[in-house]
Amino acid sequence: MVNHHNPLRDPLDRRLPRIAGPCGLVLFGVTGDLSRKKIMPAIYDLANRGLLPPGFSLVGFARRDWADQDFAQIVHDAVKEHARTPFREEVWKQLAEGFRFVPGNFDDDHAFEQLRRTVEELDELRGTGGNMAFYLAIPPSFFGTVVGQLKEHGLADQSAQSWRRVVVEKPFGHDLASARELNAVLDDVFPPEAVFRIDHYLGKETVQNILAMRFANNMFEPIWNANYVDHVQITMAEDIGIGGRAGYYDGIGAARDVIQNHLLQLMALVAMEEPISFEADPLRQEKEKVLAATVLPNRLDLTTARGQYTAGWQGGEKVIGYLDEDGIAKSSTTETFAAITVHVETRRWGGVPFYLRTGKRLGRRVTEVAVVFKRVPHLPFTETATEELTQNALVIRVQPDEGMTMRFGSKVPGTAMEIRDVNMDFAYGGSFTEASAEAYERLVLDVLLGDPPLFPRHEEVELSWKILDPVLEHWARKGKPDPYPAGTWGPEAADKMLARDGRVWRRP
Amino acid sequence: MIELTNTTSSRIAAEFVRARTRAGSPVMGMVMTLIIVVSDEDAEAAMSAAQRASREHPARVLGVILGDGRGSARVDAQVGIGGGWGGEIALIRLKGEIVRYAESVVLPLLLPDSPVAIWWPTAAPSDPASDPLGALAKRRITDAASVGRGKSNAMLTQCRTYAPGNTDLSWTRLTPWRALLAAALDQHPLKVTRAVGVAERISPSADLLVAWLCDRLKVPVERATSEGPGLTEVVMETKDGPIRIYRSDGRLATFTSPNRPDRPVALKRREVPALLAEELRRLDEDDVYAATAAKLVALHSPPKKTARKKS
Repeated sequence: MVNHHNPLRDPLDRRLPRIAGPCGLVLFGVTGDLSRKKIMPAIYDLANRGLLPPGFSLVGFARRDWADQDFAQIVHDAVKEHARTPFREEVWKQLAEGFRFVPGNFDDDHAFEQLRRTVEELDELRGTGGNMAFYLAIPPSFFGTVVGQLKEHGLADQSAQSWRRVVVEKPFGHDLASARELNAVLDDVFPPEAVFRIDHYLGKETVQNILAMRFANNMFEPIWNANYVDHVQITMAEDIGIGGRAGYYDGIGAARDVIQNHLLQLMALVAMEEPISFEADPLRQEKEKVLAATVLPNRLDLTTARGQYTAGWQGGEKVIGYLDEDGIAKSSTTETFAAITVHVETRRWGGVPFYLRTGKRLGRRVTEVAVVFKRVPHLPFTETATEELTQNALVIRVQPDEGMTMRFGSKVPGTAMEIRDVNMDFAYGGSFTEASAEAYERLVLDVLLGDPPLFPRHEEVELSWKILDPVLEHWARKGKPDPYPAGTWGPEAADKMLARDGRVWRRP
Repeated sequence: MIELTNTTSSRIAAEFVRARTRAGSPVMGMVMTLIIVVSDEDAEAAMSAAQRASREHPARVLGVILGDGRGSARVDAQVGIGGGWGGEIALIRLKGEIVRYAESVVLPLLLPDSPVAIWWPTAAPSDPASDPLGALAKRRITDAASVGRGKSNAMLTQCRTYAPGNTDLSWTRLTPWRALLAAALDQHPLKVTRAVGVAERISPSADLLVAWLCDRLKVPVERATSEGPGLTEVVMETKDGPIRIYRSDGRLATFTSPNRPDRPVALKRREVPALLAEELRRLDEDDVYAATAAKLVALHSPPKKTARKKS
């Protein structure tokens, strides 16, 4: 099959989209937010764009007393509410025939036996060809049970003609040891290339555009190094609190929830060398090199900061503090704000600190990477002329308002020579709005196609934990996070942390 | 929209700048100039299709209405920038002698250093590349299915005068069909022995599909007639049985393949803005269309020993 040349395919024919081969998806955790808000709409949007194979089937598995049509109704509602593309009856018809539901607990042998029969029946009736992806949209504590059951009931067995894949979401453990354990559990049942770890940031167009921006252009790369770059700030701020996720969030905290995966992945893409190609392996190798070269400063007390939001006003709304949230103990020391300093010890980045920060209930929702450049070695202007000139910066806006901003100095019109910062914007949203897909669409399609470049490998996960673990241990030894009022940009400690290096956080 | 009567290109250009300043100099990020050559009665529909397509590809859209060529030259224009869509728009009406020199009006209005596309929503020149306006563009989009007169030969005419950069919306309409057929052969790596394409009597898309299949598969491909709408059925015969896509309502198709159950597939006929947006996505030469156009011409050439007649 591999050697067969399809006469209708031609590498020059770039109109033809990649359509996944015959396959189906088994979704564990159908009632969760992730399934309803992201995965189900993504499946519909893919079908609407004609990217799913005819006969694609979706099997739900949950502890509910549902029939197939009840499940179909859940998907229908989720799609109507959250899908990106308009609802079309014919697309729904194509999908709807392939919905199945299997009720049961994760430790229920009978239910998994029924799941196996359902999968076999779909091969027969819908022509899914034995190709199944198992999407574990469930807490990681259940991964072991579920993949164990999949193995026991022969659901994980691949053959030469068909594939079985497993998809997992963060958190990939809560430290290096638990990440290894989790990996061992998956590794025991599925080969490494059949495990797809979703970091939805990597599915975002703007994040992929970092690679295009850096490696398709000639004007950025020459200055992309320690000779010109002063420091890099990577921020992911949320304006919301923990909402109903107390059970998940407490004890995890901002650093594990965001820095370990999203921010370190973003950093790797910004800092890595040019991969020899954009295939999965070369790309991952370069990312791994950066992560392996990343070290923490010696004095963690001076170069990190953490905080916990207290009651306050957030964007005109009165909100409660973290310790008052439902399900959070008054004595919780979980941080809702985390900032760390790391150094990438390579020739390119020696001496350039990377500041990573994330938090909940901050000023506004924004994710961005700011590359801040050194000042020019000599300014041939009077001091008053350049008073309002700061450092040049290139900002990659990941979300919302995707795009890029360049900040540079420009003369203020008038008779005096006066130079001030100006911003130049490229709005990604403006230039290619409609066609840009949701991150999950891209990632679900890549799982079905078996295309791995956008999924972190377990080596990357482990390297990230190696970077973060000492910080977490340091924090665990040392008291409590600093309080900061909701709606601000984090605790004072974060500002002091940069002030020690003679720098300030950009207000994103 | 600002009305400019008895105007010139430089005044139109100045109005673009003023309109932008009035809007607070927003980021435009325009990626191309799109010229639309259209008649008075079709102008509104075409401009609105272009605006919808330019959500995806912010562009300076220049609608050109070529009026009566007699009498003294006169240029009128309506100029505006997008409300709710990125881009700028000018609808330019030409009358009198200037009609023969339309490119002189358009040339100064092209965005600097970015690609130019041109679209004839209905009637198109028989050789778009040598048309003075067409020559300005890198991408020349015709629509053989929408011409008013000479419908049955419009596709062949365009294929005969094919030049790099030419394309036709009849080809764009085929993309979902072609994707499905290619995916079918991914799943069933079988040798196709013969094929047939069925569509309403006049269907430039079906003619192109037959030529494409014939060119790629190197087997006889028949063209049969149905009631429509549009393309209704494609069958590829293999030794294990037929691979067949059948669509009678222009929306939902049935996909049949050997040893597999029949399955429904959404295959909705697309609207012009979606087609236009696909066309504008890539502005380099479409090699597969070039080969298909050449094949279509070959299939219609005076009968040689091997040529087959169109059914």
